[in-house]
Amino acid sequence: MAFEGLADRLQGTIKRITGKGKVSEQDVKEMTREVRLALLEADVNFKVVKQLINRIKERAVGQEVMESLTPGQQVIKVVKEELTELMGGEQSKIAASDRPPTVIMMAGLQGAGKTTTVGKLAAHLRKNHNRKPLLAAADIYRPAAIQQLETLGKQLDMPVFSIGTEANPVDIAKKAIEKAKEEHYDYVIIDTAGRLHVDEDLMDELAQIKTAVTPDEIFLVVDAMTGQDAVNVAESFNEQLDVTGVVLTKLDGDTRGGAALSIKAVTGKPIKFAGMGEKLDQLEAFHPERMASRILGMGDVLSLIEKAQTNVDEKQAKDLEEKMRTMSFTFDDFLEQMGQVKNMGPLDELMAMIPGSGKMKGLKNAQLDEKQLVHVEAIIQSMTKKERQDPGLMNASRKKRIAKGSGTSVSQVNRLLKQFDEMKKMMKQMTNMQKGKKGKGMNLPFM
Amino acid sequence: MSFMDKLKTRFKKTEETEEVSTKYKEGMKKSRNSFSGKINDLIARYRKVDEEFFEELEEVLIAADTGVMTVMDLIDELKMEVKRQNIKDTKDIKDVISEKLVEIYYGDDDEEVETLNLKENELSVILVVGVNGVGKTTSIGKLAYQLKQEGKRVVLAAGDTFRAGAIEQLEIWGERADVDVIKQGPGSDPAAVIYDGIKAAKSREADVLICDTAGRLQNKVNLMNELTKVKRVIEREVPGAPHEVLLVLDATTGQNALNQAKTFSEATNVSGIVLTKLDGTAKGGIVLAIRNELQIPVKFVGLGEQVEDLQKFDAHAFVYGLFADMLEEA
Repeated sequence: MAFEGLADRLQGTIKRITGKGKVSEQDVKEMTREVRLALLEADVNFKVVKQLINRIKERAVGQEVMESLTPGQQVIKVVKEELTELMGGEQSKIAASDRPPTVIMMAGLQGAGKTTTVGKLAAHLRKNHNRKPLLAAADIYRPAAIQQLETLGKQLDMPVFSIGTEANPVDIAKKAIEKAKEEHYDYVIIDTAGRLHVDEDLMDELAQIKTAVTPDEIFLVVDAMTGQDAVNVAESFNEQLDVTGVVLTKLDGDTRGGAALSIKAVTGKPIKFAGMGEKLDQLEAFHPERMASRILGMGDVLSLIEKAQTNVDEKQAKDLEEKMRTMSFTFDDFLEQMGQVKNMGPLDELMAMIPGSGKMKGLKNAQLDEKQLVHVEAIIQSMTKKERQDPGLMNASRKKRIAKGSGTSVSQVNRLLKQFDEMKKMMKQMTNMQKGKKGKGMNLPFM
Repeated sequence: MSFMDKLKTRFKKTEETEEVSTKYKEGMKKSRNSFSGKINDLIARYRKVDEEFFEELEEVLIAADTGVMTVMDLIDELKMEVKRQNIKDTKDIKDVISEKLVEIYYGDDDEEVETLNLKENELSVILVVGVNGVGKTTSIGKLAYQLKQEGKRVVLAAGDTFRAGAIEQLEIWGERADVDVIKQGPGSDPAAVIYDGIKAAKSREADVLICDTAGRLQNKVNLMNELTKVKRVIEREVPGAPHEVLLVLDATTGQNALNQAKTFSEATNVSGIVLTKLDGTAKGGIVLAIRNELQIPVKFVGLGEQVEDLQKFDAHAFVYGLFADMLEEA
């Protein structure tokens, strides 16, 4: 596939120059070329790439990289720093007006995910800020857009203000705010119809809504998969409305999301939230540094650690470490580990966060199907207590029995036994490695 | 006759193509202005075909979301061609550029407009798939309207049982196109809805059944498996079906569109692409790479919000739209 992370891309060049005493200007040129391709493949706008490359070149040709012992790593570090800086700090605050209701208005292209984001923002305001939002249905154009918002309102048990498709969106916004004042809602979130940034009439309508209700926040909703056109879209909406922030949606997909960088670069407005799934609680604060890693194809290790931390019991983790060291890890422990991994979320999601996982062909072909986990579970559960403690007991007739009991085949049982054996060996190596270093390394249960 | 002349005569042949090309020119006006405008700029600014020229050309193509690797290959080929034909003046390279672009799309295949594979006098089933928010339901509405206008009996199956308001949205399109919509409640099994749709289409002696599905990101294994199941149901109930599996792609999507095409193909064996939202400034250049790498042709393009704005795709018209300014000047 065309997609390779920056680290993978730089492999070849790095291989050639390791061992060389000095990195030549030609080497740097080759490396920046690879950086450029990696960024373009991640959908970062080419103009933004150009600016970045110039900055990176300056720093790379300087001492920072040339005299480093690990020029490849150094280049990646410089690139990542530049990206992170461009992306700015984390900002996921939502305005709160002195005179409620606080008005939030949504804008964006068709299909970006505005209506879903309205639902998610409302859930977020209620859950994390203890607020009482009113949702306003001002998309009178798309068939069933109002029903969509009303359904979300029902799911959230939140009121939706709508006066049908005959009303004018400006009036809908005004009346929603009147109602919010009367009934003491502290937020009004206005859903608007998706529109092309070149559609002058509809863009004008947004400007009219803005003038009529002076929103405290105007969120531009952008699909994370957007390509080079992201700059045009963001620029036009920002010029017309002077947006206050951006919500990046569909980030749970496998896009690199270079659009994030482009949008930030042309508007200077912070990306505040990220849509991470179809459920209404899947709205997260946007982390610029993690996004930088993702664009470079370096995996989202921080998110993974965070997930692991919230889902893995501290004490259990310690026990596990002890077991790994003493090689007394059994199938019972394995089963427990699997349970914990499952708690962390869908496997494919987790795998996508591991750096280099895109490159590990074996992993990709193994198809992270949750069903395979179910098979493994069944096999282990068909073992006797003794067998789980001591896999050395296994013989042909035991394997046959286990295969029968779990509805699998002997070869599947064999495969699992072999994998388990290899895993134990690997654990030993890892714990030995850790002993050498100060402090604890990453302690992930399935590694 | 030069390539550009060939294109020109091709579009002057019949009134019908004239009309098509006008539509394209209007719908793609914004894309065209920026894209061919830039190429003209380029050619005006650089008299000589040199490294700098190629670099800038590369940027113009990348800005159109043409796959990065596709562009790199194209530039390499152009360089070779320039050497071979000993082209020094940038004016002479216009022909070569557009020729190569059409070549990327068609490869070694015959250059023809790929239309829908529909059966005469028996039920044809069209399955529509894609990620969230690309315009599946809207495209289905437009397609249903057009097929109905052609005198076909059309039934729609509301297989998006997940997204709030999706069933209602399809029902409104059903009313507009004056065709029946088969549905169950929200949250029901999509395969079951499609099954009902097939039964209803058969008993109503319909010509075409179009199956809507929920939008899903291609990296969600479970949801992709669900899609495979839906397709299996169709295969089992109607021999030879689905006759078309249309992947709807948003023209604003970048490189990820290639991943989408690849993964959806693995799950459902996609037979054609509907490229939507081409009336903005996005150029949808990624379809060149998709056709080139995966041999999936574009069958329709969405050029606006009106029912008639779903147009059959013609690669020559597509390229013509991109290059129209250049052609008219030449």
